Amino acid sequence: MRDVGDALTAETIRIAGFGGDEIEAYLARPAGNGDRRGGVVVIHHMPGYDRGTKEIVRRFAELGYDAICPNLYHREAPGAAPDDAAATARGQGGVPDDRLVGDVGGSADHLRSLPSSNGKVGVIGYCSGGRQSVLAACHLDLDAAVDCYGAFVVGEPPPDFPIPITNLVDQLPNLRAPLLGLFGNEDKAPTREQVDELDRILTEHDKPHEFHRYDGAGHAFFSVDRPAYRFEAAVDGWERIEDFYGRYL
Amino acid sequence: MCTYQTVRAAMRGSAKGPQSRWFRVTDATVYFDHPVHAMAEHTLNIDLADPARGPGARVAVELTAASARELAAAIQTALDAAPAELTA
Repeated sequence: MRDVGDALTAETIRIAGFGGDEIEAYLARPAGNGDRRGGVVVIHHMPGYDRGTKEIVRRFAELGYDAICPNLYHREAPGAAPDDAAATARGQGGVPDDRLVGDVGGSADHLRSLPSSNGKVGVIGYCSGGRQSVLAACHLDLDAAVDCYGAFVVGEPPPDFPIPITNLVDQLPNLRAPLLGLFGNEDKAPTREQVDELDRILTEHDKPHEFHRYDGAGHAFFSVDRPAYRFEAAVDGWERIEDFYGRYL
Repeated sequence: MCTYQTVRAAMRGSAKGPQSRWFRVTDATVYFDHPVHAMAEHTLNIDLADPARGPGARVAVELTAASARELAAAIQTALDAAPAELTA
């Protein structure tokens, strides 16, 4: 049989997250340790550490990266089904920002500890994870960050907002990694104006970034099993991600 | 968009949930946001749960906005139609 070099492994592991807490994570890696390669931390969307997110992790392994997704809801609901865990975490107010940074940092440390690591790690997040990707890149030594339609990177949450979330405007001067932003022009959070504002702020602070914005697409256009899926935006978006990580990782 | 909404209410009652077992419901969480299963971009989601029994002790429904309004009206109609002394 011809060796096409596409073997990979994927498994649930335990890593040290924020405060040294042991948390669950899903790790996918190309087979073998022969070629040094970059790593990708995938931050799941608000509905949780689900099948769709794990497919994304495996896709990054197929693209040649060691990839990991920490279960951000592991503390609230260890061993629970992803939807039950998401409901529980939501009921308890969501994921605090400092904990998110610690869990992403622990994930990046794990990737860098692998014998195949070239020392470079990127981060990507979807939906609420888009904001968290930018947040992590403001606090951690990461080599590239991708924000897929994250709300409240800029813009003010309404005064009666149900969870304690703030925008990241005051933290953007500390952004340590080049940022790729992928947005749908029909999205309401972030709006087109908010994406414009983020672009302006990053330019003012001389932060390397590139944004791609898609007509006919709204929020969550990468979600293949949801009505929001827009194949033209998603296919182009994946190509942008491959190109971006190819340059920085 | 993610609304991040979370409206909570204390409950007294029961629900039939995992493994077709009844359990006491102590909490309701209501939010209009992305569903897990319903084929709509946003739905009115209700979790009826007993957090003390773990994350799996939950009955979840995801309804379109129109359906949720129909349900709310139906609940109100049923309560209004019952003798007042029973629903006080």
